[in-house]
Amino acid sequence: MQVLYGRHHVRVFRFGLRLVRDEQVAEDLIGEVFLDVWRQAGKFEGRSAVSTWLLAITRFKALSALRRRKDLELEEEAANAIEDTSDDPEVAVTKKDTSEALRECLTGLSREHREIVDLVYYHEKSVEEVAEIVGIPENTVKTRLFYARKKLAELLKAAGVERGWP
Amino acid sequence: MALSKRKMEQQASEIELLLPWHAAGTLNTRDARRVEEALAREPELARQYAVIREEYTETIALNESLGAPSVRAMQKLFAAIDAEPQVTVRPSLPLSARVSAFVAGLSPRTLAWSASLGAIALVFQAGVIGAVLLKNQSVAYQTASLSMNEPITRALGEQTPPRALVRFVPEARISDITVLLDAYQASIVGGAKGGMFELQFGNKTMTKEEVADLMGRLQREKIVGLAVATP
Repeated sequence: MQVLYGRHHVRVFRFGLRLVRDEQVAEDLIGEVFLDVWRQAGKFEGRSAVSTWLLAITRFKALSALRRRKDLELEEEAANAIEDTSDDPEVAVTKKDTSEALRECLTGLSREHREIVDLVYYHEKSVEEVAEIVGIPENTVKTRLFYARKKLAELLKAAGVERGWP
Repeated sequence: MALSKRKMEQQASEIELLLPWHAAGTLNTRDARRVEEALAREPELARQYAVIREEYTETIALNESLGAPSVRAMQKLFAAIDAEPQVTVRPSLPLSARVSAFVAGLSPRTLAWSASLGAIALVFQAGVIGAVLLKNQSVAYQTASLSMNEPITRALGEQTPPRALVRFVPEARISDITVLLDAYQASIVGGAKGGMFELQFGNKTMTKEEVADLMGRLQREKIVGLAVATP
């Protein structure tokens, strides 16, 4: 268990944190996730990678935590707040470089878009694995990421960053 | 011609959807080759790919900046695991009972056939053993005490690497602990009982002086509150 925890807890924590946006809740989440793994280790059939299994459990726990805390409404407010701070494109560009703006806008994406971006770019999950974690068809995975990227481009444009796409 | 153009556009958009996975290196060989070919062919797609590479880099940077959970999360987890009720293994029937149950389930006809086959197998086995013994009688005299072909070895007894009970300071982060474990070639072998972890160091035995020196170094680590060697 220690080896499993040592190898995966940071990524599980970060994935959870990006979903729930609260460090304390994310820390509680990893406890719940690994305790579940401890209890259900016999049920793991090895058909997918352990990390895929862990991320799927984390996602399920995170959504339950969000439902409990009714954070979905707060999330909307957070996303709006990000757009509000970048009213003046010129100021935005002078204040921070594209990288910073990109990171800020990645934070401003909706929960659905954040999770798909993170799963593909950070957790390096294939189309099939993302479909398994999120529980959607593979084609939906591809189009959802495409729309997430479009939304990201819109947020960046609103912040005064033009990247030539779309 | 128009059909081929439409097909080309359709393929381009399908490939466009795969670009993020190509950036992350998670496409299969066939798709990766298709994307590579399209990138070489279409400058517009290549421009979009450059944008995706940027998104990919910044997503990693953003996630890496999130840090790691505190050591309390780990302590809480292992305390919860320790508090879990023991896994109860369903008592299985003894072998003899299982064999009896299996035999009882067979019909008299099947049993009679099985017994006959078993008898034939025994006679055949006896024949094979007899043949092997006769063949080996011609082998030259050999002492039981010395074999020139095998290396002479002596059992050195079980090697027990040193272990210690370690308490980390509350501010210690998992990443710090991981670094420390790596530096000392240590692994956690016991749960967080009373906030203490049982660590094992390397895979060789150490002299008393070496263990004392190791404990001294451990105790001086910033993230270690207490380190005591266990017998």
